Amino acid sequence: MAQRIGRYTIGLGNTAVKGYASVVGKKEGEGPLAAGFDYISEDTAFGEKTWEKAESRLQKDVLSRALNKAGATPDSIDIIFSGDLLNQCIGSSYGLREFNIPFIGLYGACSTMAEALTLSAVFVDTGCAGMAAALTSSHFCAAERQFRFPLEYGGQRPPSAQWTVTGGGAVIVSRDGTGPLIKEVTIGRIADLGVKDINNMGAAMAPAAAETLKDYFADTGRKPDDFDLITTGDLGSDGSELLRELMERENIKLGTNYTDCGLMIYDREKQDVHAGGSGCGCSGSVLCSFILNNMCQGKLGEVLFLSTGALMSPMSVQQGESIPSVAHLVHLSSGRK
Amino acid sequence: MAVTNMGYGNMVKRKSKKSPLLKNMLWAFCVGGAICTVGQALADLFKQYGLSLLDASSATSITLIFLGAFLTGVNIFDKIAKHAGAGTLVPITGFANSIVAPALEFKSEGFVLGMSAKMFTIAGPVLVFGIASSVVYGLILWIFRLF
Amino acid sequence: MGVLPFRAVWYGADPLRKKGRTSRFRREGMVINMEFVKAFVVGGLFCVVGQILIDKTRLTPARILVIFVTAGVVLTAVGVYQPIVDFAGAGATVPLTGFGYALAKGVVKGIAEHGLVGVFTGGVTGTSGGIAAAIFFGYLIALIFKPSDKS
Repeated sequence: MAQRIGRYTIGLGNTAVKGYASVVGKKEGEGPLAAGFDYISEDTAFGEKTWEKAESRLQKDVLSRALNKAGATPDSIDIIFSGDLLNQCIGSSYGLREFNIPFIGLYGACSTMAEALTLSAVFVDTGCAGMAAALTSSHFCAAERQFRFPLEYGGQRPPSAQWTVTGGGAVIVSRDGTGPLIKEVTIGRIADLGVKDINNMGAAMAPAAAETLKDYFADTGRKPDDFDLITTGDLGSDGSELLRELMERENIKLGTNYTDCGLMIYDREKQDVHAGGSGCGCSGSVLCSFILNNMCQGKLGEVLFLSTGALMSPMSVQQGESIPSVAHLVHLSSGRK
Repeated sequence: MAVTNMGYGNMVKRKSKKSPLLKNMLWAFCVGGAICTVGQALADLFKQYGLSLLDASSATSITLIFLGAFLTGVNIFDKIAKHAGAGTLVPITGFANSIVAPALEFKSEGFVLGMSAKMFTIAGPVLVFGIASSVVYGLILWIFRLF
Repeated sequence: MGVLPFRAVWYGADPLRKKGRTSRFRREGMVINMEFVKAFVVGGLFCVVGQILIDKTRLTPARILVIFVTAGVVLTAVGVYQPIVDFAGAGATVPLTGFGYALAKGVVKGIAEHGLVGVFTGGVTGTSGGIAAAIFFGYLIALIFKPSDKS
């Protein structure tokens, strides 16, 4: 049964992953994690007319696949937590409207995967839901035109810029799941160290990740070495370096077991993505492919999964505000230790 | 966090990779120079066909704008611009791109409030500042002429 | 508005004159090259200034374009830009500073011909071709084509 551990962490009893699925676009399907995805769409528009519809289609598809793999029907799901990057979260609401499942829309920017998973796990663990679904998505083209420039605009991306992942992940959580256990979750606080550069989101989000990691280690007494993998959502190359340095200042050393989903999903040498992947779908699709696959196969035992989200809007950026961010942490365990 | 905003700002500055300035400048110089050379050739050509200086100059702008718009439409402009940076941004071709790109992108929101309105997200400010400053210049000139 | 002062005419560029084109091109070669070299170098330098602004400041492209147009008007007003146009031709008129130059020249002409009314009509008159082309072609191209998926 869910129980608070320390100041910021919630310990959970017997909540596990029952099924999961990931769907990505063409570029992600050309990356190093291609083999782990459930579906790679050659058509970035997913057969739809607009990029927004494409993202909704992606959510619909990824949930259907996760339900299939979990052997569940929409009727058996008590609640669904989902979010995306689009204004008013239309990727989720339009994508999931046909399922007829109680729905809570989330906005946590790129932290949505861990946010949704946290809420699902707590709902299931406390008995408020028998089975819950956590999902998220992002679409490069839809995000780009909302947050940055039109696709055909001849702009130059600085080296610190990241590439929004076209993809999504869905996890079905229940008490009788046979997949990895969700042991603890830490809900992050909003951090803002004054970064204003919209082209350096990794730097804006690293302090939030550092804070949440530090809180988790303080609350549970665990150390980075206790884990086979510690991964942040989408800090990219610059952000993950900054996270290491911030943690070292707190006397916590992250070893070679630390990486970032944004660094894993693309081949940064060949795929022209600058500092790496970003977006809700980045940590969502990496969790629901590489990480959970390896955990189910017994190759990864204990995993700390953090999703990091930058909470600005195009308007706050134009008004000269700095970028606040948040990071949520989920401790997944295959139960071997 | 044990870091102040300023301390973190310095950390970010130290860690982030710099844009390859020299390489970018070289690209901008070559591509920008090439576009201007094409402009010169066009102007010469129009003059050769009997256009006045003024008309040849306008015709050059119109042709370059068409080329910029067309290359944007066939998805080539942004691929050149990715390397050329200011080399494609600063010539009049960049102005054309800044109009076509949002118009293409916001086609899905309709012909009036989508395409037509969004055409001017970048070009609008250019026209506002350009025309407004020319009027200010004109007013100053006109007032000076009174005396 | 004398925008492009020509010291040489490129006979070789006439596509209708297939015969003997090569020899004419060669004969006019040196003169042609200087016109083009000047346009290339000066136009290239304007772009380098823009590139430094992109990389060294955090200015967005829209701001950089605004700066270039306004600078074109101001530099023409203080008499600096005309000599650059005289020297480099399209090298100075094709960059967006040239748009500002055309606006300023148009205003001067407008005042000379129409007085106070010319203050308002001159600038846009001088640049009307470019503005109309940008709007018309912009709309037309956007109608015909669709954005690619970038992945």
